[in-house]
Amino acid sequence: MPEPIRFTVNGQAAAVAEDGGTPLLDVLRNTLALTGPRYGCGQELCGACMVLVDGVPAYACGRELWSVAGRAVVTVEGLAGHAVIAALLAEQAGQCGYCLSGIAISAAALLAGNPDPGRAEIAAALEPHLCRCGAHPRILRAVARAAAVLREQAA
Amino acid sequence: MIPNTLPKSLADNPMLDRWLQFRADGRLRVAVGKVEIGQGITTALAQIAADELDVPLARIDMLSGDTEAAPDEGSTSSSQSIEIGGASLRLVCAEARTLFVAEAAAGLGVAPEALAIAHGAFTRDGRPTGQSYWTLAARVGLHVAATGGIAPKPRAAHAVIGRSIPRLDLPAKLAGGGFVHDLRLPGMRHARVLRQPRPGASLARLDEAAIRKAAGGSLDILRRGDFVALVADSETVARRGVIAAAGHAVWEGGDPLSPEMAEAVWLRGQPSDDRTAGPPPAAHSGLLRHQASYSRPYIAHASLGPSCAVARMSGGELTLWSHVQGVYLLRQALAEVLHLDPAAIIVHHAHGAGCYGHNGADDAALDAAVIATLLPETPIRLLWQREDEFGFEPFGSAMAIRLEATLGPDGLPADLLSEIWSAPHVGNTRAGANLLATRALPNPPPVVPSNEGSSPDPGAGTRNAAPYYDIPEHRLLHHFIPRGPVRTSSLRGLGALPNLFALECFLDELAVFSHTDPLDYRLAMLSDPRARAVLSRAAEMAGWGRRGASGSGTGLGLGFSRYKNRAGYAAVVAEVVVEQDVRVSRVWCAADAGLVINPDGLINQLEGGIVQATSWVLKERVAFDAGGVASRNWDSYPILRFSEVPEIHTELLDAGEHPPLGAGECTMGPTAAAIGNAVAHALGVRIRDMPFTRERILAAIG
Repeated sequence: MPEPIRFTVNGQAAAVAEDGGTPLLDVLRNTLALTGPRYGCGQELCGACMVLVDGVPAYACGRELWSVAGRAVVTVEGLAGHAVIAALLAEQAGQCGYCLSGIAISAAALLAGNPDPGRAEIAAALEPHLCRCGAHPRILRAVARAAAVLREQAA
Repeated sequence: MIPNTLPKSLADNPMLDRWLQFRADGRLRVAVGKVEIGQGITTALAQIAADELDVPLARIDMLSGDTEAAPDEGSTSSSQSIEIGGASLRLVCAEARTLFVAEAAAGLGVAPEALAIAHGAFTRDGRPTGQSYWTLAARVGLHVAATGGIAPKPRAAHAVIGRSIPRLDLPAKLAGGGFVHDLRLPGMRHARVLRQPRPGASLARLDEAAIRKAAGGSLDILRRGDFVALVADSETVARRGVIAAAGHAVWEGGDPLSPEMAEAVWLRGQPSDDRTAGPPPAAHSGLLRHQASYSRPYIAHASLGPSCAVARMSGGELTLWSHVQGVYLLRQALAEVLHLDPAAIIVHHAHGAGCYGHNGADDAALDAAVIATLLPETPIRLLWQREDEFGFEPFGSAMAIRLEATLGPDGLPADLLSEIWSAPHVGNTRAGANLLATRALPNPPPVVPSNEGSSPDPGAGTRNAAPYYDIPEHRLLHHFIPRGPVRTSSLRGLGALPNLFALECFLDELAVFSHTDPLDYRLAMLSDPRARAVLSRAAEMAGWGRRGASGSGTGLGLGFSRYKNRAGYAAVVAEVVVEQDVRVSRVWCAADAGLVINPDGLINQLEGGIVQATSWVLKERVAFDAGGVASRNWDSYPILRFSEVPEIHTELLDAGEHPPLGAGECTMGPTAAAIGNAVAHALGVRIRDMPFTRERILAAIG
């Protein structure tokens, strides 16, 4: 067994004794049972696996375990109670929902740095993400709605 | 509304207890055969049951797609889940309600009319009677066949139908679960399949040692003929194994592909089964005749989540979790291929990513099942690689369409000829013999040819080829190519999008000849008031009157259809800006889907169809090369992205007491046509071949 690699996931300490080259996505889904990050392409081209690493969106399919040592990882499970999740549900901003875990992550990262993004800024932040069902208009509305809720809470 | 005959789902599954069970825990289980594929059907069907029975939604558990406990409703396809599945469930609930009311009334010694139901409990003059569905469940036998003789509630009595109830399944999917991909069984192992690169290719050599080394962990390599499965405890090892395997396998033979075979026009040179319908064109001498040809290439379903299935063979019984559109159809296919008794196969539907038709789900299910039979007692989670989803799913067929019409003295078409070249969209495409693993196993049975017909009602390749307009004569020439260069099967709307793109663009061309505005031109030959209403409303929403001369670089175009010429109505106006690329900036849509169960859910479907059709028209095509399918990732098969999505404004028109009409596919064709017409308006020249790439725009403006 290799020496465990330590980091935090959704605020909890994690120690994973696996090969450092293991994709973060496999560690999250299979070792830590966090199935929110989803396999879509394995090539950093669809965004379904997006997680936050130290607050920055990162493709879990392309990140290797060693690269998150000592860092803070957040998956969609860690966004429970976040305004983005509530807004996605309020707008019914999904059809199949497969893309939404990753989109919620990028939206949360956007709103952490930009409390009042316009439609074009939201679209730009979500550009790495693909949605095949065509729920985009609702997703854009939902992120704007979450931004408004967060602004209200901050006021 | 009492139908003369039972809807198909109910005729096939007449026993009421197959649909409804009032259980001892105080809950109602509603079992249906139509499955959730991202369209919100389970929520809509729960609403129907809640309304007809007056049971709170919160007390309903939906079971959808299950060969043990749910009715067999065939495939979840063709926008029929509300029209047929929903109509069946409404009748079931109405009938069950009547049986319960009769039992309650007898027990209380009152007339049935004296009782009402609130929150699942029976009341009299607004006061509780102490009875509910659950107190009476033991006395009311639902193991009786439906008669269809009890009318569901009229529209005015609906309390849950017609409301935008939030989707029941979305919260779980936003909390990290909800998909078959997330299923974990004790002792489960991970599997991948090394696919034949070409149909009929045989495996000459496989360097198993090199694959195991690259996989970096314990890996089982299972071979049966040309079917190669890689199984590991670790998903990482299984994935590394299959990625390495492609480079350590030597394949011989098989049917090669070439780039030109990917073009729709290639089909026009292939042997075809030619069918005709309608009168031969009469001689209209001296009048203007116009003809034009249109095309769409092969399109991928391109589900965001690659196909997945979990299978377990235990004690001679095969249990499968799969995101297929029809669990019973899959069971039949598995039984044929694996030589098992269908009774020894249990298929549970589990959610997958949106499929939009027949994608790799069935193939992945068979992959998992084959591996499970090779490794009994071990649960197998089989997942396709993204490259395999793009490479081996059954595609939506390319289509070439030639239209020809004679303009009468009034400037309107006196006749219309539709000539269509297409590979199959339906007809045995899911047969066990045609699934990928079957073709790779030893001694495969002959491929089952498609028996797709040519009737345009409801049509497959010919869907919506017949005009909904009042055109006196229509002749159809269908060149059906039973075997295209790749497997093809159902993709959202089948031939409707290409046929409507062609027809509605052609009408705009004819309107130019007769110096008539495209909206007025259509209204002049459209007598159905509901069709006129959606067309007029969409034009009004878009400010159609502002549409100026063509050639300005921005354009407005419209498209209309009644899907299948008998389902939902939709009219779409698109606004485009054309520079080097086409940008669809805004879209307006008016639709009439009859009685709407869940308005927000319907709008979600209509707008999703608009976005998906925009993506098909602007971007999508499957590419081939000598190695097979060449468009194997999201770079080589791009789809519409967030920055490219138009602003969409949708309105549902009130349909009075008209029954529900299938609508999940009804905006696709009108959207494609609206974009085609808007681009022609923007450029002053027309592009007739999808997708509208930069090269085609430059070629058009010459």
